[in-house]
Amino acid sequence: MLQALAFYLFSGVLVISAIMVIAARNPVHSVLFLILAFFNAAGLFVLMGAEFLAMILVVVYVGAVAVLFLFVVMMLDIDFTELREGFLEYLPFGAVIAGVLLAELIVVLLAWNFAAGTTVTARPELPPGGISNTEALGRVLYTDYFFVFQLSGLVLLLAMIGAIVLTLRHREGVRRQSVARQVGRTREEAVELKKVKPGQGI
Amino acid sequence: METLQQDLLIILPELILALGAMTLLMWGVFRGDGATGELNILTLVLFALVSISVFSGAPEERLAFHGTYIADGFTRVMKLLVLTGAALAVIMSARYIATERLRRFEFPVLIVFATTGMMLMISANDLVVLYIGLELQSLALYVLAAYSRDSVRSTEAGLKYFVLGALSSGLLLYGASLIYGFSGATGFDAIGNAVASGGQNIGLTVGLVFLLAGLAFKISAVPFHMWTPDVYEGAPTPVTAFFAAAPKLAAMALVLRVLIDPLFAIAVQWQQIIVFVSIASILLGSFAAIGQTNIKRLMAYSSIANVGHMLVGLAAGTQEGVQGVIIYLAIYLAMTIGTFVCILAMRRPEGMVEDINDLSGLAQTRPAMAAALLILMFSLAGIPPMAGFFGKFYVYLAAVNAGLWPLAVIGILASVVGAYYYIRIVMIMVNGEPAAPFEQNLGFELRVILFGAALYNLAFILFAAPVIAIAGAAAQALFN
Repeated sequence: MLQALAFYLFSGVLVISAIMVIAARNPVHSVLFLILAFFNAAGLFVLMGAEFLAMILVVVYVGAVAVLFLFVVMMLDIDFTELREGFLEYLPFGAVIAGVLLAELIVVLLAWNFAAGTTVTARPELPPGGISNTEALGRVLYTDYFFVFQLSGLVLLLAMIGAIVLTLRHREGVRRQSVARQVGRTREEAVELKKVKPGQGI
Repeated sequence: METLQQDLLIILPELILALGAMTLLMWGVFRGDGATGELNILTLVLFALVSISVFSGAPEERLAFHGTYIADGFTRVMKLLVLTGAALAVIMSARYIATERLRRFEFPVLIVFATTGMMLMISANDLVVLYIGLELQSLALYVLAAYSRDSVRSTEAGLKYFVLGALSSGLLLYGASLIYGFSGATGFDAIGNAVASGGQNIGLTVGLVFLLAGLAFKISAVPFHMWTPDVYEGAPTPVTAFFAAAPKLAAMALVLRVLIDPLFAIAVQWQQIIVFVSIASILLGSFAAIGQTNIKRLMAYSSIANVGHMLVGLAAGTQEGVQGVIIYLAIYLAMTIGTFVCILAMRRPEGMVEDINDLSGLAQTRPAMAAALLILMFSLAGIPPMAGFFGKFYVYLAAVNAGLWPLAVIGILASVVGAYYYIRIVMIMVNGEPAAPFEQNLGFELRVILFGAALYNLAFILFAAPVIAIAGAAAQALFN
């Protein structure tokens, strides 16, 4: 009962915030609604017992992708009302494409029939001995595929070196902060006392 | 029960190389760009250490990390060849980098990373390791191609290589995913069992085609050769030498491993592809090179044609054919490196020159270099008793023994066409009006490499027996 309640709560908020993503006038609000949608989807995953997927969704999508979106929206001065100007003009054409896609989906769904025994083979194997999802995935990633995992790290390191090799330039004449020099300054070389005569200036 | 220690012992060469690369990187970061010279020497020491570690490994088949990594007689020979190619590239680059003001410490580090990738490609026994090794190698090569970052040609070469390389990786991954989907495994042994028991399967064949498309890009075989002339021309010359030597060996080893080990049961399917790719590469490499005036572009077409000749041996699909391919690779390495030393020597006071006509009259201005280049050109043309002839001889012998008469006839006829442009270079060198002489700055180490390569090509008949025996043992290891 409680689970059903939670499910409808998450789903309802998810659907409403998803609609608001495309309906909101302010693009920043759109992105914020998108983040809300991600959180609710994560809640649904938790209800299904896929807690790892829920965490990944929050960490990857909210942490990286949504923040990136927010950056783009706020940093680039895009006039969204201008983007929407041709909306009515292209509406008939868009509707035709949407109709074709819908028809294709219906045809596919009608023609879909499962091969015998599909349900058995497609079911994910439950990890033995009451191991949680996260633990099972961790075993696959860090034990079974330890070698490949380390090699991927090497590829990432190389990508970083490559980016530095190709783009880092030490420009001449750039003033950088030197803490040692700042601290090492004495009063004598930093401050000069001048007698200013009244009415003359320096 | 395999333990981590046993696994680590088996992958010791790669382990040393990867840790060495990181040590060199730290060394470079702390010592600055002035340390490039000492880093070159340390890199050579590292390669020597890894070679010893590869060489001292047991020749029988050993698997590590759940069978995703394999070390056997075949990997041993291929790794030693790749390490030789990489070490020679480092030696060749040292002087060039200093004179061209490219002195940044990352150069040897990138070569070591690329070599790590190649060693992994050679030892891959699993589609995932295959891909990661390939990417590790390719990523380092993209950066190396664009290494001279203030030169438009070099950055263009790097970008072109990167975009096309990414596309080919996509094709390869698509093929790998299809093979995984239809055989249910990523390990080569399991795929081999599935293919052998499952028989012909359209999904597997499509996967095979895409996998081969991705790999054909890496060995620059027609129809995936388009990047080669531009990248060879644009990249700094020592980098081009490295491209032509080591990555080709590694990618060819990968092709041999994939086709012979897991997919041997559907040899009928891939033989057609290899025969087509081989004929197309030989023809294009031979005919397109005729019009070239830039010697680096010419070498690019030459390498396309050479890959075509190598694939003739693979097309035979026999142990004899694979043995021929390995012999060819060992000879190709020496021919290419030697020729690129000559290209490195083409420097006038105003800078590097790359036009074939700049070699005019070299026999009078620099007789020793001209003689070495003459031997290398004759060897590339496949004129007996130079080494290049034996390379072609063994692959075509295998093809004829496997009944691939049409392929052998086309290949030999096209190699006569190919001989034309190699001999044209010799004609220009010997008969041409002497052009302005090159600078005498070749350096001791480059001279040793050049004349060593020339001697190897000239007197191959003396070393032929051990080379053939080693290649035979390697081929046998692959087939067992």
